[in-house]
Amino acid sequence: MDEKFEPKITAFVCNWCTYAGADLTGTSRIKYQSNVRVLRVPCTGRIDYMMVLKALHKGADGVIVSGCHPNDCHYTSGNYHARRRWMVFKKMMEVMGVDMRRITFSWVSAAEGARWAQLVNEVTDQVRALGPYAEFRQIIGAGIE
Amino acid sequence: MANTYNLSHESLNSLFGALRKDGRRIMAPVEAGGRTELAEVETPAQVASDYLQTILSAKEVAFPKVERLLSYTIAPGQVDLKDTEPKAVPTVLFGVRPCEAKAFGALDAVFNWDYRDKFFNARIEQLAVIGLSCTKADEACFCTSVGGGPADATGSDILLTPKEGGYLAEVCTEKGAAILNLAPDLFKPGNGVDKAAITAKVEQAFDQPALTTKLPGIFESEVWTDQALRCIGCGACAFVCPTCVCFDIQEEADPKKGERLRCWDSCGFHLFTLHASGHNPREVQGARWRQRVYHKFSYYPERYDMLGCVGCGKCTRACPVDMNLKEHLIEAAGVKA
Amino acid sequence: MEAVNQRAKELLEKGEIKAVLGYAKGTGHVRRPHFARKAGQVDQLVLDAACLQNLAVYVTKHEVKKLGKVAVIALPATQRAILQLMAERQLRDGELVILAVDGEAVKELDSAAALEEHLALKAQGLDAKDKALLAELDAMSREQRWVYWQNELSRCMKCYACRNSCPMCYCGTCTMDCNRPQWVPVASHGIGNLEYHAVRTMHLAGRCVECGECGRACPVGIPVHLLTFAAEESIHEQFGQRAGAKAKLDYALSTFKTDDKESFIR
Repeated sequence: MDEKFEPKITAFVCNWCTYAGADLTGTSRIKYQSNVRVLRVPCTGRIDYMMVLKALHKGADGVIVSGCHPNDCHYTSGNYHARRRWMVFKKMMEVMGVDMRRITFSWVSAAEGARWAQLVNEVTDQVRALGPYAEFRQIIGAGIE
Repeated sequence: MANTYNLSHESLNSLFGALRKDGRRIMAPVEAGGRTELAEVETPAQVASDYLQTILSAKEVAFPKVERLLSYTIAPGQVDLKDTEPKAVPTVLFGVRPCEAKAFGALDAVFNWDYRDKFFNARIEQLAVIGLSCTKADEACFCTSVGGGPADATGSDILLTPKEGGYLAEVCTEKGAAILNLAPDLFKPGNGVDKAAITAKVEQAFDQPALTTKLPGIFESEVWTDQALRCIGCGACAFVCPTCVCFDIQEEADPKKGERLRCWDSCGFHLFTLHASGHNPREVQGARWRQRVYHKFSYYPERYDMLGCVGCGKCTRACPVDMNLKEHLIEAAGVKA
Repeated sequence: MEAVNQRAKELLEKGEIKAVLGYAKGTGHVRRPHFARKAGQVDQLVLDAACLQNLAVYVTKHEVKKLGKVAVIALPATQRAILQLMAERQLRDGELVILAVDGEAVKELDSAAALEEHLALKAQGLDAKDKALLAELDAMSREQRWVYWQNELSRCMKCYACRNSCPMCYCGTCTMDCNRPQWVPVASHGIGNLEYHAVRTMHLAGRCVECGECGRACPVGIPVHLLTFAAEESIHEQFGQRAGAKAKLDYALSTFKTDDKESFIR
């Protein structure tokens, strides 16, 4: 494998918990790997599964989806709805043969700055070990004469 | 007048070799998981042995389902626009049925009407068609009603008709002669085969000239709405059709780069004629179904002096709800032969 | 069949309905959906093992609603689809006459409650062939499944026969047809096909009545129904419910339980 490969990780995070948690990581001066690009959305309930596919389509090697722990949703139940959706989406991606080691779901609260750093580091290491998501890249442009 | 020869099964094997040595790709019907579809082959043994037709038509070799027309990249202060050169590989289309061979004429009529389409023409120039006469037909077939036939040589550069020990080979065009000249020894002089006795019997089902004459007068007839009541508005008929030529241009772009693609489209889709204003001149499925019929049997004859249908029956076979074109034409216009 | 036709004829003659939606002889051995709009046309209706299409796809169509009240000769899959449509408020009680056919028996139903009661008597499940196909998929490695679907989906040309033949795909404007912004590519290239089928599957998860019409409709024989079946089975396994079983909307993805069990969220 190319030793210079650095994975691109896209993280979809909710405004109230994980984004604030990631902010805390920074203000706590905890260092973590810089491979992650954070995209803030109001709530995990807003994270359409298509966003995950689009991230892979547009060049991400790995995706993190994260929000408030169950019971902590700013909007009461957005994360519960999201959880159900992920439960089905994960199954569907497995059926279609998408590499689910590249898509990580997690709960990170606004108080868990260290946990965010740990999550990003773990995911980055794992995706770096997996290498570029070449399999997915191959279908982009495939079928065009 | 075509020159006729005999081509034995063994000679066909050698002919495939000669074509490939000449740098040509051979596309032929193959069996793949219970489906007959076009694929590249190297030997005649790979060609499906007993098939009526492929599901999709042969048009995809000249008019693929998605093709790139241009691409560009954008950098600050600079746009780099790249014309796409058509990917035209020397190709021999082997074993297509006479109806589909003939259908290239209907595509040509549109792609070279008021504008010469670079992409279509590049592929057609590199294409030679070795047709294969039909020895069987099904209830969807109606080539003989639209001026074709199971052994019609129109559109084929060489037409093969199966017979004892091999094929009768009719070399019909210069492209066909060029193939013959690759391996002249393989083509033995011969004729005298009664093609009609060998090939499939397809009864003429309707009187096409009468249909074409009658259509303008029944535009407002209820019959189109009635027939289309069960049409679900998918594009299966158009996409399997060897003459359906409509396409959609799609831009796929992000802030840094983009490309323009040409994709198959279908008049059966409600989006096909939807205006930006929200108005849709073909608002109901009946109007869309009527358009399909009229385009093939009224507008094509009017504009190009030919039919936009070759009677292959693919649409009927592909339709999830069995919209049988032949039957509906007869019903609508009362033109049973 | 005679009893159904007799009743249909009666309803038409009395003017209680404007059309009977059933099956008629088609090309060769094929059966096709058929609207009998006059009592005299009812005799064209047939009912046998070759009748396959899910007729519920028609009952939400503008053109069909415009006819007036319609009687539907409904096999079990059509019954489930109609019930799901009623639960999703696409059909009102009494809008249709449902001539529910189960083997030899025929029941005349016209409300969601009646359908629910009727369907509760029957076990719903996949047939052996589809179960085997799903098991085959399951037995593959992840990489094999990817190659399998990419190979299958490479045939897709986005004719939308799967979408348009589906009774649950009744949206006036499908998300596939939205182009401002363009969410899923229109072109049927690799990524366009993957995204289309992922969206179709997710939109049907929890709503699919497992009739398999999409797979039958596909002109190039892609077993797209396995995707929606897998989604629906996963809904059943994880949340214990099925589409087409309840008169009141019970859509797995519009609700939740605080104790939904999963093992993959870190």
